[in-house]
Amino acid sequence: MEYQVVSQGKFDVVMLSGDIDLYYTPDARRIVLQCLNEKRGVLVDLSAVTYIDSSGIACLVEGYQTAKQRQLSFGLIGVSENAMNVLRLTRLDQVFPIHDSLAAALRHGG
Amino acid sequence: MNAVTTLLAELRFPARAEHLQALRAAVRSAAQQCGCDPPLTEQLTLAVNEAAMNIIQHGYREAPTGEIILEIHNNGTELVFRLLDFAAPVDSTALRPRDLDEVRPGGLGLHLIRTVMDRVEYLQPPPGVGNLLQLSKRIP
Repeated sequence: MEYQVVSQGKFDVVMLSGDIDLYYTPDARRIVLQCLNEKRGVLVDLSAVTYIDSSGIACLVEGYQTAKQRQLSFGLIGVSENAMNVLRLTRLDQVFPIHDSLAAALRHGG
Repeated sequence: MNAVTTLLAELRFPARAEHLQALRAAVRSAAQQCGCDPPLTEQLTLAVNEAAMNIIQHGYREAPTGEIILEIHNNGTELVFRLLDFAAPVDSTALRPRDLDEVRPGGLGLHLIRTVMDRVEYLQPPPGVGNLLQLSKRIP
């Protein structure tokens, strides 16, 4: 997994790429929570994610719930087909705010 | 396993997260070899990966010394994944997937395995083996 964080207005955009599995999930979790700790809304870009398992999904759920508790925005953008299939299998596609692109997410305020 | 079963792959690896990538590569290769389309290949890869994760996290409780053996068989109608470990025996009657309406981190692995696979069975392990989990999926 590789990652990059860029600031976009009131959001941090966390771009994850590659496989998000049990080995890399602690890194993804640390990055997402760090952005939320800085009181920034978070948009996680999953467009370059080739694989995500339940540990990676758990990290996204934790981010979503932490953001909610702190009244910050949290959303997913450009979800890759593989990642979307896992979200569908766990029915979390109905829970996360999901946007096609960063522009769409910004239009909707995250 | 019956006489027409073909062993497609066998992998023995330390029960640590950094070895899951090799497991996924073996599952993908076997699924493609058996004519599974890309979505089914990815689902099978996910389910077997989740089963191995459960062994690492719950079976061995992340102790770094455990080992896992993965065997992949084609019995003519099904892909059969057998995961053997040397951890304490699992009480399979106590394993329940959690309610998906409850949104919280964790606990999704068993749901994913059962959703993807046609059969999920704990079989009598051979002597010296802690658990033998067999996952089966009909192939095209």
